[in-house]
Amino acid sequence: MSQQTHRISGGLIDRSSTLEFTFNGKKMQGHPGDTLASALLANGQRLVGRGFKYHRPRGIFTAGSEEPNALVQLRSGAHQEPNTRATVTELFDGLTATSQNHRGSLEFDFMAVTDLLSPFLSAGFYYKTFMWPKAFWEKIYEPIIRSSAGLGSLSMQEDPDIYDKGFLHCDLLVIGSGPAGLAAALSAARSGAQVILADEDYHAGGRLNAETYEIDGISGSDWAAQTLAELSAMDNVRVMVRTTVYGAYDHGVFGALERCTDHLASSDGKPRQVLWRIYSKRSLLSAGATERPIAFGNNDRPGIMLAGAVRTYVNRYGVSPGKQVAIFTNNDDGWRTATDLAAKGVDISAVIDARDIEPPASVPGAAVYMGSSVVDTEGRKGLRAITLASGERLEADCLAVSGGWNPNVHLTCHQRGKPQWRNEINAFVPGGTLPAGMRVAGAANGALSLGAALRDGTDCATSIMADLGFKSKASKAPTASDEAHASSAYWHVPESRPRAWLDMQNDVTVKDIKQSYKEGFRSVEHLKRYTTLGMATDQGKTSNIPALAIMAECTGKTIPETGTTIFRPPYTPIPMGALAGRARGKDFRPYRLTPSHKWAENNGTTFVETGNWLRAQWFARPGEKGWRDSVDREVEMTRASVGICDVTTLGKIDIQGKDAAEFLNHVYTNAFLKLPVGKVRYGLMLREDGIAYDDGTTARLGENHFVMTTTTANAVLVFRRLEFARQCLWPGLDVHLISTTDGWAQFAVAGPNSRNLLSKVIDAPFDLSNDAFPFMACSELTICGGTPARLFRISFSGEMAYEIAVPARFGNAMMGVLMEAGKEYDAVPYGTEALGVMRIEKGHAAGNELNGQTTALNLGLGGFVSKKKDCIGKTLSQRPELNRDDAIRLVGFKPVDQSQPLLAGSHFITKGDTANMANDQGWMTSVAYSPTFGHSIGLGFIKRGHERKGEIIRVVNPARNIEVEAEIVSPHFYDPEGGLQRG
Amino acid sequence: MIINHPLLGPRDAAEFVYLGDASLMDRPDPEAENAAEQFYEYGYLRDNPAGAHQELWYHEQGDRSWLVVTRDTLTHEITGVKLARDEAKKRGRNK
Repeated sequence: MSQQTHRISGGLIDRSSTLEFTFNGKKMQGHPGDTLASALLANGQRLVGRGFKYHRPRGIFTAGSEEPNALVQLRSGAHQEPNTRATVTELFDGLTATSQNHRGSLEFDFMAVTDLLSPFLSAGFYYKTFMWPKAFWEKIYEPIIRSSAGLGSLSMQEDPDIYDKGFLHCDLLVIGSGPAGLAAALSAARSGAQVILADEDYHAGGRLNAETYEIDGISGSDWAAQTLAELSAMDNVRVMVRTTVYGAYDHGVFGALERCTDHLASSDGKPRQVLWRIYSKRSLLSAGATERPIAFGNNDRPGIMLAGAVRTYVNRYGVSPGKQVAIFTNNDDGWRTATDLAAKGVDISAVIDARDIEPPASVPGAAVYMGSSVVDTEGRKGLRAITLASGERLEADCLAVSGGWNPNVHLTCHQRGKPQWRNEINAFVPGGTLPAGMRVAGAANGALSLGAALRDGTDCATSIMADLGFKSKASKAPTASDEAHASSAYWHVPESRPRAWLDMQNDVTVKDIKQSYKEGFRSVEHLKRYTTLGMATDQGKTSNIPALAIMAECTGKTIPETGTTIFRPPYTPIPMGALAGRARGKDFRPYRLTPSHKWAENNGTTFVETGNWLRAQWFARPGEKGWRDSVDREVEMTRASVGICDVTTLGKIDIQGKDAAEFLNHVYTNAFLKLPVGKVRYGLMLREDGIAYDDGTTARLGENHFVMTTTTANAVLVFRRLEFARQCLWPGLDVHLISTTDGWAQFAVAGPNSRNLLSKVIDAPFDLSNDAFPFMACSELTICGGTPARLFRISFSGEMAYEIAVPARFGNAMMGVLMEAGKEYDAVPYGTEALGVMRIEKGHAAGNELNGQTTALNLGLGGFVSKKKDCIGKTLSQRPELNRDDAIRLVGFKPVDQSQPLLAGSHFITKGDTANMANDQGWMTSVAYSPTFGHSIGLGFIKRGHERKGEIIRVVNPARNIEVEAEIVSPHFYDPEGGLQRG
Repeated sequence: MIINHPLLGPRDAAEFVYLGDASLMDRPDPEAENAAEQFYEYGYLRDNPAGAHQELWYHEQGDRSWLVVTRDTLTHEITGVKLARDEAKKRGRNK
């Protein structure tokens, strides 16, 4: 019944339950506790993918996150996820996996022909082979390379899953739950510290689950389970499995990815993954070590695996990756695989040790070859036999290779820590400056035996707890034996003739390293980039050090002299979805809605994005054929009677204190000390370099109380600058600021009937007459029978106009009230377009003119820079270059042929001159069709503009090949004397 | 990064807006004889030390304090955090 041909006894799997899954459509079975990789091996599936460049058959190489080969595509439809490592994918019922990177079936990949082209595809082939002819690159070479290389494919559909972000705090973050991590977490937790223990695996315990060692007289995996049970029961401990701590950042901040539902058939509406930001006072890196391979001829066939991985499949998963296993090692630990497998009854055909020493162990039934090596292998889609240096051929369907262990130093490098070589273990250990607050324990620190790891973890935790001021209960390290782990510096088999693979994910061979050396790319950083070594999704976890050793061999230097690469985050790949979290689509940059948004929505509004705001652009009426119809009507009706516009988006800053007026004097170019209570004044701000920054009106509501408005775009920035001025430049002033942009809903009520309209809503006895409340007056009052409000008599449109503000919660109702009260006057709501048309007709500068390049002088506002007082920007605004006689000035333009439109961005050329940059006189900043005048009008900057009124100028737009003639006029097209707004 | 706010305790740097060199607090006297030269230097010239650097951070997503933070530009180690207001007064900016 069972197809699990390679399942053996034991392991931490639940055999009482069977999980069905498919690989390339083929039905297979596994058990809870299996990874996809262990289940595939249990079903005898050795071939799982194709190589990146040469499309050679590849199998499962490791049993962890360092896997270079076994990348598969999981799930289907929009849930499809490419490049997932089968070795860390937890099996669930109904899982579907497919292999990737082949054309045709996995067994018969048409692209495998590239393997025959390998002489042309060696190191640096991108730079050499496809350089010529140049025109071929885009059309021929690149598409071929793109389609033949690469890994899995995206679904091209929107990711249907939810991702979240979270924040955690702790005294001690323990990264890795192997023996050192568990011992440390236990010791720290017992002293009362807040501890987070994180592990990328779903089954905490690290190598204790993969080994047969004992701790305190019980099996390592039982000890791990007991310890975890104790930790999980403590309130001050958070155990996070399926959580990869992927990056170490400044000041004890770590990034971690928790895979919450990847082990389930469906997320069921819950977040699939959570990206955590962990704030730790101290951290302990106990991330263990990664085994490295030995390079020899054809060492990439399915069935050739790391020795520790083979042991893991046997001990943890109850799977034997082969029926006849050979072992090739250069160290004592490789022998442990032999003895563990033999104890489980797996047939060991041979143990080959590169060292010519006494065999460190005896393995029943195995032929032992000391001082020998593997030079070649056979088997097209899976290992069949190996050839030794002596020429002897041995049959094997699995070859377990051990080249020694590399401490997982990755996170120690994230703040530019530089690993140091340690000769006695032939590996790099953490070195240089570690991330603040980090200690390293166990195998990650080069303590490669179990007993040493436990002691190291306990000792580190004890000293960290003392450092943090926790009273440590005298805790004794758990005891275990110190197993043999002597190693040798043997990196590749020099007698091998065929290609020997180092980086199996990017297909880099020993020959490529030698070629890189010959061609002068000898520094580690050059080597990486030239050969692409270590630049795939596994970041060279198994390949970097052997490659470095071979480069050292070429140069005749030692490994530490040759150097090492350091690692950057992330430790393992992070999905884009997790980085985005909830900030997707419109939630990436949510809209700010104006208080009258609902009213506008119900009244046929077309909205426009202005910064973060969504504002009404115009309000179309039935029968209007285009936006111009609506905008022209809104302007005409406002000028004829009354219009209403939500202007809440303008920044509002409440300024109070007995020095408030003096403060305004510092930040505005013009004087505010003597502004009477109940009056509003226009104000202009400069940057300290003398360029115009922002403008608006400021109302004095009381002796020590002002309300400033800013432009919509600069609301946040002006407030920030004012706080800077208040705290850093004039800290002695008694003045306080608060932003009230969102606190008040504000509406412009403009037009000859604005007073009539407003008199219907304000409460008696407020006198709205021109004498009592003239142009530029302001007051606090109540409306609609007691609602608090503020009224300002200011005008952006040039009409007699008011702005009325009410607490924001009344904003939507207020719009309705104003429209209802305005019915008898045919009141019209107007949007940002009509607002813009009327401001151009009136000649007010806006963002197009206050563009960060223009001065008060340019804007025609030179008179606003007070001669009597200092203000921010005044000194540098007096620089000669900013005050040249031929400086540009803001003026108006109207087309000579009034049927012609003007275009913003056009440049001005004096009649008779050639249209080129040397003759450039300035540019058009804002244009509109003016329904009031019946033709296009424009504002623009032109040299000496104030002296050139009446001149006819060429308005040239070379980009669109359009030119018209226009007359230079005053920028104040509409009511230049201002009689209307004062009326 | 974490900035130890003098009033609020340790806060994530993401809550802050960075401005730059704390010399921006030393706005020159506009009445000085060489005010134009001084404002030019104030506006355009900055030291760029590899090591300890006094700089201005604004707690925009917090209490709106401007802070003077002493940060090592090589290691990001923060060795001092002061309220800019206090520091400005100490530098003689009492008005």
